[in-house]
Amino acid sequence: MTTYALTDSWTMTRRELARWGRQPVAVVVNLVFPVMLLLMFGYLVGGGRGVSGEYLDFLVPGMLALTMAFGLEGTMVAVTQDLNKGVIDRFRSMPMANGAVLVGRSAADMLQSALGLAVLLGVAAALGWRTHGGPAGFLGAVGLLLLFRFAMLWIGIHLSLVAGKPELVQAVQILVWPVGFLSNAFAEPTSMPDWLGTVVQWNPLSQTATAVRDLFGSPGGEPGHVWAAVAWPLALLAIFFPLAVRRFARLSR
Amino acid sequence: MADAAITVEEARKTYGGSGGGNGKPALDGLDLTVGRGTVHAVLGPNGAGKTTLVRILATLLRPDAGRIEVAGHDVVREAYAVRLRIGLLGQHAALDEELGGRQNLELFGRLHHLGARRARARADELLERFDLSDTGSKAVKQYSGGMRRRLDLAASLITEPEVLFLDEPTTGLDPRGRAEVWDSVRSLVGGGTTVLLTTQYLEEADQLADRISVVDAGRVIADGTADELKAATGGDRIDVVLRDAGHLGAAVALLPVPKDAVTVDTDRRLLSAPVTDRMAALTGVVRALQEAGIEAEDIALRRPTLDEVFLHLTGPDDRTKEAV
Repeated sequence: MTTYALTDSWTMTRRELARWGRQPVAVVVNLVFPVMLLLMFGYLVGGGRGVSGEYLDFLVPGMLALTMAFGLEGTMVAVTQDLNKGVIDRFRSMPMANGAVLVGRSAADMLQSALGLAVLLGVAAALGWRTHGGPAGFLGAVGLLLLFRFAMLWIGIHLSLVAGKPELVQAVQILVWPVGFLSNAFAEPTSMPDWLGTVVQWNPLSQTATAVRDLFGSPGGEPGHVWAAVAWPLALLAIFFPLAVRRFARLSR
Repeated sequence: MADAAITVEEARKTYGGSGGGNGKPALDGLDLTVGRGTVHAVLGPNGAGKTTLVRILATLLRPDAGRIEVAGHDVVREAYAVRLRIGLLGQHAALDEELGGRQNLELFGRLHHLGARRARARADELLERFDLSDTGSKAVKQYSGGMRRRLDLAASLITEPEVLFLDEPTTGLDPRGRAEVWDSVRSLVGGGTTVLLTTQYLEEADQLADRISVVDAGRVIADGTADELKAATGGDRIDVVLRDAGHLGAAVALLPVPKDAVTVDTDRRLLSAPVTDRMAALTGVVRALQEAGIEAEDIALRRPTLDEVFLHLTGPDDRTKEAV
């Protein structure tokens, strides 16, 4: 059984890639959406402060973190679809490594998110954004962003397995917006009322954004914040990874 | 039975131990034996426990209690061995709708560890066999209901399973789709596959199955061949619709069965009664009505409906097992 774990995981990942090939428009829309947000906030909100200046340097790390958070939706849509189409039942009735269903999901989502990061960084660079943190800082920042996405991934899998209903996906699609905006992605918490600032600072998204700003050498970064951007996602993973795996195994209850 | 492909003894399952569910058992001590290479129908209304039974047999659901073996292996302790030997056609098409038909079959072939080349060859073979070659590259979401069901069936036959489960294979299909699925199932039986199918339609069980188990409230309440069951439930029925409801009482006396076996529906001016000899009953009733001068609007012979089978097999409130 375990000898097939790798083969089956790879097959399941390829399944997701084949789905991309079938829906190129959806893939492009997914990649373009964060770019659109970046441009919108850069020009509309940040317009007064100038797009090319300090606000862009502040905004880009925030948008990168926000994009990772919004990845939650994609994961939930895919898992919920599989559950409701009964295709997960077919997988589970086959002599395949059971975990491969979840591994394939993770691999494909992480790949899509890495691609999303690359596109967003490319557009930012074209607008004049630069990292000031050197190659090590840059790679560290990308690592933190992907770690945050990985935590979101397992929250998404768990929630989908628990609810299994398309209605929940809709609710989450709406709720990610306030959660996304109650962060420091667009503005410094110091510019907010105290209570709001506190909420915003505790948002895991803010932790990642702040650490990435630090590693990029951008305004809004705080030295020594990297540990928090490591600890938060790891804590979320410590909760949701085992829950999701247990939930998946318990589909047979 | 020595050579059984499926053995179920005293299977019990209640949903929602830790919340949810209504505490009513879905399976309440169900027994079932299916001989190798036969087609066995599990017949029952919605909520009788048919899908629960199939999900347990296909290792998707754990039973609370009971000894359950498929192809000689225990479904709980040897789930992997069971999965190597079964195919499953669930109530809803278990396909990736975004992918093409061929892509789906190749995916499932690879997950059965056929390897890339054999998975591809097998996919082509099955597409050919189920008359889907032309549409193999189309996305499944563009398929018609019947095509989807055929592809789903093809997917459950990737490894030529010893035992195939079909959970209400024709529910929601139009008559043409239904006929297509029936043909496919018949062609399987020649290959020696054991088939367990669930259905709400007596006619479907009659058409496809060697033996039928009637289930209700999680138990088998009758078991036998289609002929045995029909004999036990009074077989065919005759329906007579009169022009004038006032003649209903007089017409009841003319039917060749005891008075209390006749059901009378005054609103529809309808009499219905079980018959044993179809032709004799039909000609006898026509003649008797003519002689009595009672005008009939319609006279028809038909098979008993599932409701009538149930009415016969189960008392109105005392639903106990009746051996056939």
